[in-house]
Formats: sequence, C-alpha cells, structure tokens
Amino acid sequence: MKSAIVLLAAIPLFAQVTHQRLLNAAKEPGNWLTYSGNFAGHRYSPLKQITDQNVAKLQPAWVYQSNSLQKFETTPIVVDGVMYISEAPSHVTALDTRTGRTLWRYRRTMPDDVRVCCGQINRGVAILGDLVYVGTVDAHLVALDAKTGAVRWDTVVADNKTGHSITVAPLAVKDKIIIGIAGGEYGIRGFLDAYDAKTGKLAWRFWTVPAAGDPEAKTWAGESYIRGSAATWVTGAYDPETNLLYWGTGNPGPDWNGEVRAGDNLYSDCLIALDVDTGKLKWHFQFTPHDVHDWDATEVPVLIDADFRGQKRKLLLFPNRNAFYYVLDRVSGQFLLGKPYAKQTWAKGLDDSGRPIRLPGTFPTVEGTPVWPSVGGANNWYSPSYSPDTGFLYVATRESGSVYFFGSAEFKAGEQFNGGGFRSVPGEEEWGAIRAFHPTSGDLAWEYKLFAPPYSGVLSTAGNLVFGATEGQMIALNAKTGKLLWRFQGGGAIRSNPMTYTSDGKQYVAMTIGNSLYVFHVQ
Amino acid sequence: MFWWAPFLLFQLQPLVDIPDKNPYSSANDIAQGKRLYMGRCAGCHGPTGDGGKGANLAVPKLPRASEDRALYRIIRFGIPDTEMPGSLMDNHELWQTAAFVRTLGRLESAPVTGNAQAGEKIFKTTGGCLNCHALGSQGGNIGPTLTGIGARRSSAHLKAKILDPASSVPDQFRLVQITTKAGKSLRGIRVNEDTFSIQLRDANGNFQSVWKDEIAKLVSEKKTNMPAYKGRLSDEQINDLVAFLSGQKGDQ
Repeated sequence: MKSAIVLLAAIPLFAQVTHQRLLNAAKEPGNWLTYSGNFAGHRYSPLKQITDQNVAKLQPAWVYQSNSLQKFETTPIVVDGVMYISEAPSHVTALDTRTGRTLWRYRRTMPDDVRVCCGQINRGVAILGDLVYVGTVDAHLVALDAKTGAVRWDTVVADNKTGHSITVAPLAVKDKIIIGIAGGEYGIRGFLDAYDAKTGKLAWRFWTVPAAGDPEAKTWAGESYIRGSAATWVTGAYDPETNLLYWGTGNPGPDWNGEVRAGDNLYSDCLIALDVDTGKLKWHFQFTPHDVHDWDATEVPVLIDADFRGQKRKLLLFPNRNAFYYVLDRVSGQFLLGKPYAKQTWAKGLDDSGRPIRLPGTFPTVEGTPVWPSVGGANNWYSPSYSPDTGFLYVATRESGSVYFFGSAEFKAGEQFNGGGFRSVPGEEEWGAIRAFHPTSGDLAWEYKLFAPPYSGVLSTAGNLVFGATEGQMIALNAKTGKLLWRFQGGGAIRSNPMTYTSDGKQYVAMTIGNSLYVFHVQ
Repeated sequence: MFWWAPFLLFQLQPLVDIPDKNPYSSANDIAQGKRLYMGRCAGCHGPTGDGGKGANLAVPKLPRASEDRALYRIIRFGIPDTEMPGSLMDNHELWQTAAFVRTLGRLESAPVTGNAQAGEKIFKTTGGCLNCHALGSQGGNIGPTLTGIGARRSSAHLKAKILDPASSVPDQFRLVQITTKAGKSLRGIRVNEDTFSIQLRDANGNFQSVWKDEIAKLVSEKKTNMPAYKGRLSDEQINDLVAFLSGQKGDQ
C-alpha cells in the first residue's frame, strides 16, 4: 500500500492538454507542448537550472536507441512526466522522462514502395486533449490514445503512390489538427489541411497551387500548375490575436527546370497566412518567385512583437533558404526588411516590395551553373530560436554553393519530377555558423563558426544558453557572446532540433544524435 | 566540402524495371549524353573519361559495369562507400549519359610506350615509390595504395601525377602544418577534421590528434609529400614506370 502511494506521488496525474494550455505554454516551462515549444515558433525555454555557469558539467542522463537506420529528426513533446517521440518511418513511442523506459509503442506497417524524396522520416508529434497525433510517410494522419498508444482514428490525407507523404510534425490549434504534405519532388498539388481533432474529419483544405480558372493559375504557363508542388512540410506558427496560421510553402515543380512553368508560380516558396477557423487566405508573401534552385520557404516562421523603426509592430521573422533574411508585418503581410545573411550570388538585392532582383546567368544549365546558396540553402527545415532575454534571433547558417543542372522534365505519376539536379562546387570549402542576429535590423550580433554546414536547429534558454549541433557533436554556447561552453561527441550525424523540459523538477536537454535520443542533465 | 553532403537532402528512389540493354543510344542520344557528362561527370572523370579524381572510364571494359544495366545503376545510384554519388537525372538522361560513357571506351587511348619490366625495377629501387606507396603486400602507407591502379587510372593520368603530383591532391591526402600554443610543431596528412579537433598521420605513420583551441596556427599546404619526378627521372624512365603501373590491373 505504501509503495502505491509513493507511485501516485511520483507520477503526476495526467491532465488533458487543452488549447488553453497550449496557448499558455510559457506558464508551464517544465513541459514542451508543441513542436517549437510555443505557437510563436520561438524554440525558447524560460528554464534556467542549466546555465552558462554549470553547463560544462552537462552529461547524459539516459539514451533511447531507435531501431531505425533512417534519419532521426524528431522533436520530443513532453507532458507531465511523459515524453512522446516519433521515430522513422512513422512510429510513435511514449517514454518515462525520469528513466527513459518505454511506456507504450505505436508501430506502423509500411508498404514496400513508400515514395519519399529524402528519407522515410518524421519530425515529431502533436498533442491535444488525450490524443497524440502523427503524420505518416504513407500520407495518413493518425490519432493515438496518449495513455496506451491505441489508434483512435486513422485518416487518409493523400495517396502515397502519387508521391504524397507526411514528414511534418502536426500543429494542434483550438479543436483542429493542422497537417502539411510533402512531395515537392513528385509534381504533387500541394495543400495544407485542418482536421477535426476528435473525429479526424477534414475541416478545411487550402490548396497551395491553383485550379483551372483561379486567378493564381495565370502565374503558371499553360496548365503547369497541375504539377506545381508547393508542399507544406515544416510546422508553422499561430498567433491567437490575429487568429492566423503562418506556414511556409515549398518549391515549385519541377525543381530545376523552370522553362515548363514560366511565371511566378503562386503559392510556391511563400509564407501563407490563413484564418485557422476557415482556412481562408488572409495574405501571402512570395520570397522566391519562379524558383529554379529548390529553395523551399519551408522554414519555421518566428513571431515577435517589437519596435520596428519607432513603431510597435507584430512581426514575422524569416531566415529563408534563399540566403535572405526577411521581416514581415504579420497582420498585413507587408514587407518591412530583407537582406542577405549568408553568401548569395543569385540576386542583386530585393526591391521595395521585397521581390528579388535576379542576376543574369544564375539559372540552371545542362552543363551546370554554380550559384550560392546551395540546394540545401543558407537555412533549411531545422529550427531557429528567438530569446526574449537577449533579444537575438539564432540561426544555424550554411555557407555553401551548388552547381545546378537543368534537365528534362517528363511527368510520370509517382516518379520524381526534378527537371535537373545539382552537385557540390568543385574545390569549395563549405562551412557554417551559428549566428545571432538583431531581429529588427538583420544585423549580426555574433557568430560561432562551424567546420561544416549544419543540418540541425537551435534552442535558446533563460540560462543564457544556445544549444545546437555540428558534425555529430551537440554544443552549448553563451547566448550573449557565442562563446563555446560545452560539447559532447555523440558519434552520429545530427539532423534534429534540441528541446528542454523538467522531470521531477529537474531540467533536462534532449536532442537526437545519429539514431539515438540523448537526454542530458547536470548531476 | 564532403562529397556525400547532397545525400542529406535527397534520397534516390528505388527503381522498378531496368532493361538489360540501353534503349537510348542513337547519335542524338550520345550527343545529349555528352552534354550531360560534361556537366556532371567530367569534373572527376575527365572530359575524355581518362580519370582524375574519378575512375578511368576510357577502357574497353568497365570493371564494375560491363553490362548496360549495371552502368545505368551506377550512374543513378552511385557506388556506396566511394566518392561516386548518385544522380537525379531522369530515365532518358541516365541512359543517354550511359551511352556516351560507352563511347569513351572506344576512344584510342594514348599508347603505352614504356617497358614495364624496367618500370618495375625503377618502382622498387631508384624511384623509391615503395617507401610511401603500397603495392599488394609490399610498400609503405604514407601515400595512396597503388594495388590495381592500372584498372582505375589511365596511363595519361598516371604520367601527369608522376611528373607533377601537386597538380591535384585528393582531399584525404591534404598536408597540414600545425603550431600549438605550447610551441609544438606538427606536420602530416589530415585524416579527419571538425569544428573542434583535427587528426593527422605524420611522416612516421603515427596518428596525432589536436584540439583546435590548443592550436596557434593551422596551415593547409597546397602541396603533397610526393616529390615531382619531372627532372628526377628521364622521359624514358617515366614511360617505363607508367607502363608498369598501367599493368597493375588487380589485387596481387
């Protein structure tokens, strides 16, 4: 009897995760309730047990090894002592945050010929009420019982045989689950969906590529919009005050052959702002009209309220894959500022409306055209971080170029529709940096140089720390100065984002390294 | 800088049916294949396919791709654990490239004029090659192993490398010089490097590992430990050496 009482005291009673709790995530910093930690895309934690003073003593508390050899990109969700992770291809596991022991597992059987461009991966789950949500690479959205992992509903979002897949972590907003689609290399027609959280019924769909007769169809030559792609494969942000969902869209299809799709190609490479109740477009901003370099605008938008040139404004910050940093007014979509934040050779600059002024000779050719940034971009899907303590925006930045090839673009449903390719620039010494920017000017505050371009995101905390990773090592930097304070060699490529939480009141930092999830603490 | 970096982004899809014979090998296909080859392949394999960083393709029979199907697969998927990457070209383009690659093997290769027996003697004695290079069970481990080199590199490439080895130094044989903050000097071939540390193999073959925050100066030399044999050996001797190396076709 005594042990039962101890058990009850140790594991907090499971309380439902309401929309109200998600809105006020900052009031329960011990949990990590959404992909980016809050709706504003900050990936910041007010936790400060681990600080610049003691982070040198950070060491593994436990490690969870995934059985999959695919890339392990998940950001864990933590609610009241339970951690929910996704694993490749589309599995979900609930772990005890104190011990790392498994509480339940959801294992999905996949068809033999899953069609994905870039690995059968998943970036994380969402939680709402007593359900955990995961998108699958065979393009379903599945709701699992948060206590048992039992399937409560399983909705077909799209057909994987035509190259549709889901890799994005869903976002739970109000009574809906927002889920994006991947398949930008398969000539799909992109969309963003909202499903009823309780039943799995489609609430609305916003097509990111027009249908015949839509005004946007004029931005595509002929009927090229039919295979226009503009996938939505990275989790966006939400602002309860504007009631708008902010989401990035991917490359137009085919990636590198723009000849078959003359025009701006709306809404590819855009930030779209949708009414979360109806899915109606409030505004859009296109970063790279008529993209021919595969520069998806599928980065995480960061929402802050700040003085901009003397005026208090609601801003949206966006370090884009195309190497320009953008500041938009998130109420109106107005372009406020844009400037390069990494090496780029494709545009002279941006005009007053934020439209790039392209340089000649930068389109892909059969023989190959070297252009900066690389196909991987100056930034990519992995997360930036905004700290209200330092006021800096942190971005893991890639400094590299690619040789871009133009190729034929014959469409065959379910096969890749690339229209070219790329390779690295011969002899180039690529590098990278974790950079801190003044968000309203885009000016660099500091940088920590990395030997190789990173492919993992950053987390900032109130302990004056920025966590990130490079070349198999997880690192911690001083958030004010960029000084290296801690590193850990995990022995595997890191393609994920760090997060932090508490268990029994003690702070932990978690990140996947190779095929394992590492959870660190100061003993 | 690493050749595999693009694979972080793109995974090549498995394929369903590949015909045994190249269905696209008309003169027009070969002409288009040449354009594709020049952009994507020539950087490593050379414009005439006689190798360089990549393998010699100007041979009558490609060791890994005697059949069309195998050649198609290699161009599409690359060769795992080598620097040969896959390609995102479409089906038609892949076959066109393969068709052009086949023509490289039909080119007249530069005749090997030297005497291989004389070349072997130079290789093992006056040339001093075995001090650094391995040939089967013999030789050293400072430079690249030369076992089977005749199957991988053309005679023209081998000759150029012997005359002027600094003209292209492979990434994994880059020479670096380090001066530590404590005043110690190190020099060797870089075997690995990241943001925080660097590992070398020094002239004695010993591994050296240094944290970057202990380094005062790190210089990457744009040269190699291999001496240039231009002027050290006569033209005839160099041709003999090339003849010997070109004859090294497989494991000994």
